[in-house]
Amino acid sequence: MRLSGESCKRRCGLTYNTVSSTLARMRLHLLAALALGAVAPNAFGPALAATHSVAPGDGAQTRLQEALILAQPGDEVVLGAGRFAIDDGLSLDVDGVTVRGAGMYATVLDFTGQTGSGEGLLVTSDQVTLRDFAVENPKGDGIKSKGADGIVYQRVRVTWTGGPKETNGAYGIYPVESAGVLIEGVEVSGASDAGIYVGQSKGITVRNSIARRNVAGIEIENSRDALVEGNFVTGNTGGILVFDLPSLPVMGGGNTWVRGNLVAANTTPNFAPKGNIVAGVRRGTGIMVMANDNVLVEGNTLLDNPTAPVMVVAYPMKFDDKTYNPYPRNVTIGANRVDRGGYDPQFAGKDMLLAAFGGALPPVLWDGLTQPGTVAVRVDPALAGWSLNLTAQGGGLDAAKPGPLKVEAPLAGATLAGVGAPAGLEARLVP
Amino acid sequence: MIRAGVLAIALLTAAAALAHAAPAPNDAAIVGTAMPATLAEFGFFADAPGQVPAARVVPYRLNTPLYSDGADKLRFVYLPVGAQAKAGGQGLIDLPVGAALIKTFAFTENGQRRLIETRVMLHRADGWIALPYLWNAEQTEAKLALAGAKVPVVTPAGEAIAYRVPNKNQCKECHGVEGKVIPIGPKARNLSREWLAGFVQAGMLDKAPEVAAPMPLWEDGRMATAEAAARAYLDVNCAHCHRAGASASNSGLDLRWEQTDAKALGVMKRPVAAGRGAGNLLFDVVPGKPGESIMVHRMASIEGGVAMPELGKATVDREGLAVVERWIAGL
Repeated sequence: MRLSGESCKRRCGLTYNTVSSTLARMRLHLLAALALGAVAPNAFGPALAATHSVAPGDGAQTRLQEALILAQPGDEVVLGAGRFAIDDGLSLDVDGVTVRGAGMYATVLDFTGQTGSGEGLLVTSDQVTLRDFAVENPKGDGIKSKGADGIVYQRVRVTWTGGPKETNGAYGIYPVESAGVLIEGVEVSGASDAGIYVGQSKGITVRNSIARRNVAGIEIENSRDALVEGNFVTGNTGGILVFDLPSLPVMGGGNTWVRGNLVAANTTPNFAPKGNIVAGVRRGTGIMVMANDNVLVEGNTLLDNPTAPVMVVAYPMKFDDKTYNPYPRNVTIGANRVDRGGYDPQFAGKDMLLAAFGGALPPVLWDGLTQPGTVAVRVDPALAGWSLNLTAQGGGLDAAKPGPLKVEAPLAGATLAGVGAPAGLEARLVP
Repeated sequence: MIRAGVLAIALLTAAAALAHAAPAPNDAAIVGTAMPATLAEFGFFADAPGQVPAARVVPYRLNTPLYSDGADKLRFVYLPVGAQAKAGGQGLIDLPVGAALIKTFAFTENGQRRLIETRVMLHRADGWIALPYLWNAEQTEAKLALAGAKVPVVTPAGEAIAYRVPNKNQCKECHGVEGKVIPIGPKARNLSREWLAGFVQAGMLDKAPEVAAPMPLWEDGRMATAEAAARAYLDVNCAHCHRAGASASNSGLDLRWEQTDAKALGVMKRPVAAGRGAGNLLFDVVPGKPGESIMVHRMASIEGGVAMPELGKATVDREGLAVVERWIAGL
């Protein structure tokens, strides 16, 4: 019987991997899991939670993936100390599971030999906690959680060990289309797009984390209600980006608070493949807000960001999505500590610019574009600024007429409500 | 079209004729809560190694199939006694609880067909479940492989690869929409009218679905318009992820057959989260310029993080790539 049009008449060969021992082991797991499920399906309580321990060594990849499949809600998958050689993507699709290792320098999932899948670890279930392990050298993204509400990333490390390279994966830690995201104490370096990237999500905290030597350190994109706080963001091309982009299922980014971060020496030349939006980020950008509504930037320390410590701009390209708002609205640049402004800006005609502004550009850059009837940006009078004085969105920089920034001061007591991850996620953090 | 239709009718007839002699599948295994350890427990086949179906297990083919490294695919649909599928326009046939879809992947070696894996989708009371079964080297038995497997094979194109049997989660990566597992293949627009008529005649489908624009037969691609061939290919190979509610929804790319918005289809659309997958290219599809289109760049790659589709293939589908290039060149 031959039914398919995809005929195979040529010489083919195949042999099988040894799978019998694996299958035997799997059946045992399976029986245990099914028995548990029969007692209390979907139990979240710790009383019935099981621990699936996975040690590195022979067959570790299969054992780990089995554990991730057979875990029941409330279970823990515990990774032993050591290095796990992984050559395919891993995935978790069970709600309420914790995956934890022996520490983000002790337990390493090494994807150097990865040949398939678009990321190292993919999480597609809700209320998952990831803690105390590392992902190294994934071919695509590091850890992606999609449609995974209530996720906690704590002390997780994603590293491309060869440093900044265009061939590195795009995102290190990559939650997307999720409600409730808490990222605490993670470290990401080498991402060819953004180290920590939160996209199309809401209720987000990124805190006490380190992003270094990525194109973008931390990026909040097409997302709302984000708190980016107490992070160390250094050695990237751009430090912290708050973006909204057109033609996406989720738009209307805003209500985001960026405070108390150390954003220093983001001087790595841009190494993103040029088709990506971050390929347009100029080396030496500290904190950049693009096309967002209600963003508060205050209490940050910005050192050595030679294009612009702070940049507030409209989406720069032409677009045809009528539901998209390309302008920054109600952005407040409050009190921030800044060492100096743009002393080596990556702009055409920088020598003339530097001369015009007395050797260095003032620390706050605005493109001058405002949606009629709104206030684009308010800036602490203690911070000097400059404007490109553009008049048309999507018109390019040729029309720029740089001049001193003249905008309103922040409103007294400017604050944001409802930012950050839900309290229930905070409760899942451990000391 | 006629050739395939005749074949389909012949198969339906054969299946009906077998109905008396062949054993019936095990409905309890299909709708139960367990994950049976062997394919044999379902009883889908009168002769499983020979892929001879049991009663009410009906073979079918798709006009335009998913590329899986050139594997031969043997597809079957099962409906229990008394159950009937419902026509639902041009989209998926609505298969009731108790139904199953069975798909065996095989490669031919020295003129001998070797079964690699059989994937089953079971419609249970709480929804569909997808399970992979891996055939043994002796070709006597297929066992549940929840964690997937890698099997060395040489493809029809002569490439030696580690063929991937997907794990249970990876099944859902393609079959998931809004968090639920659903079938992908048996859409009315991708089944022949003759087969659908036969299915109705056998009493297994309530009526012939109305399909204004069926997908072209893949092997007759040269007779189809460049657009029809490419759009069918993109729907079947890409749109299970690249659509709203599915794995790649956040890309904003929607490659379904029914999509009419050029931007959603990638035309002059900038990448969002493509990362290095974008190469140094700016747009998904650049009309007239396949070489400048990210879509072509990613289809032509086998490198993790660049290659599309991400799952289900380890080689470049040269024919599929050519079809998409032809479409873009003509835009």
